[in-house]
Parts: sequence; C-alpha cells; structure tokens
Amino acid sequence: MNFDPRFSGRKFASVGTRPIRPDGIDKVTGRARYGADFNMAGQLVGRILRSPHAHAKILKIDTSKAEKLAGVKAVITAADLPDLTDGDAAMYDVLDNCMARSKALYDGHAVAAVAAVDASTARQALKLIQVAYELLPHVTDVDEAMKHTAPLINDTIFTEGLEEKPVKPSNVTKRSQFGHGDVHQGFGHADFIVERSFKTEQTHQGYIEPHACVANVSSDGTADLWVCTQGHFVYRQHCAQLLGLEASKLRVTSSEIGGGFGGKTHVWAEPVALALSRKAGRPVKLVMTRDEVFRASGPTSATSIDVKIGARKDGTITAAEATLRYSSGPYAGTWAEIGAMTAFACYKLDNVKTVGYEVLVNRPKTAAYRAPSAPMAAFAVESAVDELAKELGMDPVEFRIKNAAQEGTRSSYGPVYGPIGIGPTLEAAKTHPHMKAPLGKNQGRGMACGFWFNFGGQTCTDLNIGMDGSVSLAVGTVDVGGSRASLSLVAAEELGIAYEQVKAVVADTSSLGYNDMTDGSRGTFSSSMATISAARNAIKILRDRAAQMWDIPVDDVVWENGHAIAKGEKYGNLAALSLKEIAAASGKTGGPIAGHSELVADGAGVSFATHICDIEVDPETGAARVIRYTVIQDAGKAVHPTYVEGQYQGGAAQGIGWALNEEYIYGKDGRLQNAGFLDYRIPVCSDLPMIDTQILEIPNPNHPYGVRGVGETSIVPPLAAIANAMSNAAGVRMTHIPMSPPRVLAAIEAEREGRA
Amino acid sequence: MVEVTLWGALGQLAGGKSKVEVEAKDIRELFRKLAEQYPGIEPWIEKGIAVAIDGTIYRDTWSKELPKGAEIFLLPRLAGG
Repeated sequence: MNFDPRFSGRKFASVGTRPIRPDGIDKVTGRARYGADFNMAGQLVGRILRSPHAHAKILKIDTSKAEKLAGVKAVITAADLPDLTDGDAAMYDVLDNCMARSKALYDGHAVAAVAAVDASTARQALKLIQVAYELLPHVTDVDEAMKHTAPLINDTIFTEGLEEKPVKPSNVTKRSQFGHGDVHQGFGHADFIVERSFKTEQTHQGYIEPHACVANVSSDGTADLWVCTQGHFVYRQHCAQLLGLEASKLRVTSSEIGGGFGGKTHVWAEPVALALSRKAGRPVKLVMTRDEVFRASGPTSATSIDVKIGARKDGTITAAEATLRYSSGPYAGTWAEIGAMTAFACYKLDNVKTVGYEVLVNRPKTAAYRAPSAPMAAFAVESAVDELAKELGMDPVEFRIKNAAQEGTRSSYGPVYGPIGIGPTLEAAKTHPHMKAPLGKNQGRGMACGFWFNFGGQTCTDLNIGMDGSVSLAVGTVDVGGSRASLSLVAAEELGIAYEQVKAVVADTSSLGYNDMTDGSRGTFSSSMATISAARNAIKILRDRAAQMWDIPVDDVVWENGHAIAKGEKYGNLAALSLKEIAAASGKTGGPIAGHSELVADGAGVSFATHICDIEVDPETGAARVIRYTVIQDAGKAVHPTYVEGQYQGGAAQGIGWALNEEYIYGKDGRLQNAGFLDYRIPVCSDLPMIDTQILEIPNPNHPYGVRGVGETSIVPPLAAIANAMSNAAGVRMTHIPMSPPRVLAAIEAEREGRA
Repeated sequence: MVEVTLWGALGQLAGGKSKVEVEAKDIRELFRKLAEQYPGIEPWIEKGIAVAIDGTIYRDTWSKELPKGAEIFLLPRLAGG
C-alpha cells in the first residue's frame, strides 16, 4: 500500500451533500432482498431444537424417530459439527454455542437441527427428537454468579488477571484493571464524594430482521452461503473453520440487512445450515423466529457497577474509581474490560482506577451491541457525575466542561489524547436552545456525555469504469447505515464526476479480497479510505489513457474536475478529455479502466457526544416519556450528513428503549419470560419525539477527509441522560436500568415515604 | 529505543513491569522483540494487541513507525458493534 491517509483539508464538491440513497427505492417498495428473501431450487427448510433448560447435562439425543419421518432429509447434532478449532478457545465457544456438546448452557441453546421438505415437517421432526437431560443448578444474575456458592458453569475456568493464580474454578473468567495516579490519595483531597451502585439489565440489539441464511454445500467441496450479516468475509472464515471447508471454496453473499448493531458480527445458525446442507445434499434455508432471536442470539451484558467520584469545592475532580461486573453468557468475554476502559474516558483525571470482572451466567452468549459495554459504564459514571455537580452546587454542563479531557490529557484507559471533541460537544450543549427551553409540570431535563473508540481494519475495494463512463464501486463492507451512498459520494468527489454516475455494490467473498466486518463504526471510515485510494489508482490510468489519445507524455496530463487536461501552453489547443470520452476509447488504449485498493485503515479517531434530554414522568404510574431529545456529536467529517444524523437518531432511539423499557426477564427456572416484541418493548415512532441533531466536524488527522466513525457513540449517553432527567423530573435517583414504570413508581413512593 | 507502557494483564507477563524499553523502529519489530524478551506475551500478540502511538490507536498496521519520543501504549484489541 502506498497511500497517504493524512487529513488534507481539501474543499468538497460532492462530500457533504445529501443525495437519495441508492438502495432506498428497493427498500421502500419491498424489492430489496433480505436474508430470508433468497431461494434456491430444491431447498429444504431448516429448524433448530433448543434446550428448554438453563443448565443441563445432555445425556443422550435420540434422533431415530425424526430421521424416519417422511420428508426429513437430515438431522444433525454436535456429532455432525466436530471440533476442528485446533485449540482456538474462542472459536470452540462459537462452535459450542452453535450446537451444544456435553451441556446445554442456557434456555434456547441449540441441541439438534433438522432439514425437511417443508416447515410443517421440520417442526414435527423436532418434536420427535428425544433429548435426555440431567438438570443442573443455574445462575442468571451477574452478582449471584460471582458468589462462591453460585453453581459453576464451567469448572475449567480459573480467573485470569489475578496477582495470585487461583486454585479453585470460578464463574469470573477475568479481572482487568486500568487507570493511573493514586485514587486513595485523590479521595483524600476531595471535599465531596459521591459513591453509588448501579445495575443495568440485559437488552437485545432488537434488529427487525431475524437471522436468516440459505446454505448450499456441494458434493465437490464447494459451498455457497447467502446470509444477513455485518461481515460476510468474517462469516466465511468462521464457517470454513468450523466445517473444515477451504475458505476460497465457500462463497458468502451478504443480503440487505434489517439491522445488526453488533448482533450480526457473530455466526449463530449459519454453520448449522451448512452442516444440514452437507448432510442432506440439498440447499437449506434457515430463518430464526423472533423467539429464537431473543433466546439464542447475542444480547448485551447485564451489569452491576460501583462508582466513586470525589471533587474539591472548586469543582475539580480529584479521584474517580469504578468496579464493573459484566455478564458474558456462558462463555468468556471481554465486555467488562471495555467498560473499564471507556467509563471515565470523557474526563481529565489525575487519579483514576477501574476494575472489570467478566462473569459467566446461564444466559445466551453475549455479543457486541453498538459501542459495546460503554453505555452501561456511562450510565453509572454520568449519573454519579451529575449527582456530584448537584452536591457542589454547579451547573452539570459547567462541571463537565471544567473536568473534560482535552488534547494532551492522559486518558483513563492509558494513552494521551490527540485532538478530541468532548469539549466542543459540551460547549455546543451549553449554548444550545434546548438547554434554555421552559419545562412543564412533572418534566425534567438531563444531560450526559459519552465516548467510543471507533476502529478501522482490513479493507479491499474495486472501482471499475464502464465504457459509457459510469462507475461501479465494489466494496466489501456491508452497508448497514447508508454507506453505499457515502462511498459513491467519495468516488464522485475523487473522480470529479456526478454522484449519479457511480453505483456502489457490496461484493461477495469471491469477488474481492478480505474485508473486516462493518463494526466499530468502521464502514464509511475504512471503505472511504479504500475508495479514495482505488479512485486515485484509476485516475493514474485515466491520465495514461488520455496521454495515449493525445500522444503526449503522461507527466504532462493532470486530472481536474472529471477531466484529463494537458498542462502547458504547448498543448493550448487540446480540449480537455472527460472521463466518459476516455472510457469510450478504452478498448483501443489498453482495455478496461479500473482502480483497486487493499489497505488497513488504521488511526480511526475516538469520538465523543453530549446528549440533552427532557422527560415527563407520571407520578401516579411511574411511566416516563421523552418529550425532547438532542444529540451533539463529533463526526470528523459528515460525508452524507443525512445518514450521519440517522446514526445519531438511531443510537438515541435505542438508548431510550434501553433506558426506559427493555430488559430480559428470567423466571426462577432460568427461562426467558419475554422472548417477543409484545413483552420486550422497543420504542416505536409514536414513543419518540423528533430527535434533534447537531453535527460537529473536528477532522480526524488520520483520514484524507477527516472522517471519524459515527455509528456507535450515539448510544452511549442516553441511559445516563434519561436517568439524570428522571432525577430532575421526579426527584428520584434511579440506579437500575431500565427505569420501567414499576421501578420508577416504587422509587417515587419510597421517596414520598422517606424510605429512599 | 522506545519506552512502551503495558496494560495490567500484559505487565504481569513482563515480570510485573508496567513499562519496558525496546529497540524497535516499527510495530512489527516491537512485537517481535517483546515476544523475544517476554515469551508470555507472544500468545497475546497472536490474538491481537492494539498499539496507541501518541494517542492514535493502531490495530493492524504493523509497518507503522514508532517516532522517537512518541508515547507508545499497548492496549487490548477491542470489539465494536
């Protein structure tokens, strides 16, 4: 790679405009093809049998009756997905999660699967599979799971990260620690200290489209997978490894995606569909029901967090400390570690310490959820920060501005910050009209900040120029939020042509080099860098072809505004050649014109946001409604501002649902009680106000256009912003998310009765 | 010679040190020499370690140069959503 990613400060013609997205018409007319919309001749219907028990030994699985049922073409168990992970513990966990081996580890854990000629036969076959279980004691609560008396979920787990190697197994898989300075000394200098414990319940990403795929394994060892995913190249790697296929012989095509938010970064049913197809010798379509999505695909962690923050009378924070316990399902994770890194990242702290504990529970395997782990940590920290501001008698925005991290600040997770945007988002909040708007009865206003890292990663892009001068852009990052429009704008910008001349597609795994998935807010950041690089490579060829057409040296040809121009007075009579003219002549100047790029897009800038929220609380029922909401976030550079705003609004909407309603509710039997959208209530349009947005553009020095990721940070502040608004509206400090009506009402009544 | 700060778990594998000095011109050489000096770190490098150079986090660009006097900070390689 010979590509300079540094910010150039150029002026833009296309970037920053708001054209209609190229996938829009298909989506609103129902023509877009999602995971379940693909069909193959002779395809079978796949269905999965799931454990009804939270924790149980699998003594025996008898599939004989199911196999004899007319119309059943394959029945599989873990025996059909043997362990090929070669000591890779993380992949072994993925395999075990796809199909339980010796134990069912949560309600909904897959234990067997069938492929049949139709859905009715497949469902009937599942009922004929007999599984003998030996029930084991279970634990679903993160705090309970940490107790020495808790049932052990995996007796081979010994806590990592302790100074002394433990002698007994534990549900705590890992301890991590971050910080600097001396918090004990720092608290000694504090005039005010706030110390609180918080809990957040487990939530699901809540994507509208369930997991769906069609798998076809041929007898010659080749295979196809059509699937709804955030990363088809990663799915290819994982499926190939788990099934013993050669990656190059497994072609994975990503469908349109009806939401992912981290939940589609992980294989769940795809290896099962491939294994069924391999056994049946026919294509298999496998679509999860909503019940299965909730019970068996990745929710976020449930957490329990203790926070302590001290400040001097002048408002300077002297020390901050947090202990964070995050559930990871029945498999090891690093979710508390991320929470520990992000918790205090907004602040300039001389003394800070965070400790994270990863905790096994009998719940589904935790998956990433939009800025994973950061919203819960921010809820705890920003609630305590707000309370401390109140104790100090300071305005909460001023208190945060006084303590905000800035360029040169040592971050709470270690390194010193470069140019960052927390200060500007707070200053924008301070002057935003929302902060001065009047409030009515039972209404309150809250605000909070949030941080997310943002990532880059491996990226490969092709840009092909047709003989008619139209441009096709093939990218390998799945479009989850409008990136095809953004990347078309970037190609148009570089080539100096109209947006409408560019058509971006997401290419399959056999058509491009490897791409990391669309996670970590990397889609537009990474693929725009690769698109810029590919376009510049194409321009080199366009200049060369123009030079041939003019019969002059290529060094005398420059590219400006979509045209090759012969520079110098001696070429004064040569009219500029448009891209279209050069493309039309390409057959006689060397053949097709294309630009390719493969690179690692690194140096994604960290991102900050400040949110302002007004809520109204009904003191008789505890029901709360968000009546006004404002998101202020640094985008670096908004390539397509409408879709940046959409990301801001989407993150806020999900955060509002998480804050007020959403939670996994488990019974004493360890079974999920609300595996459907009727009982697990995500916000719909009528629940939400128009979410106002303000885009700040503080350029990322490590991207030619200054782009930062924007997809995740917007979900970090809402839990705390709403909790702080609740505190101001109802006079109760809520320490348990979600702030559902019964919880709020209980807190209001306790406050009234002086029990708080 | 660059000074490299290790996060907690990695420091334990380097004999309890939170900072180590390594003669390295880029991330690739840094990882190679760290693995030579502290073999316990090698599996972590295989799994993925991010390197913050003056605050900018690099996860995969092993060719990235380590400027003299830069702050080099090793971090866990994190997942996004």
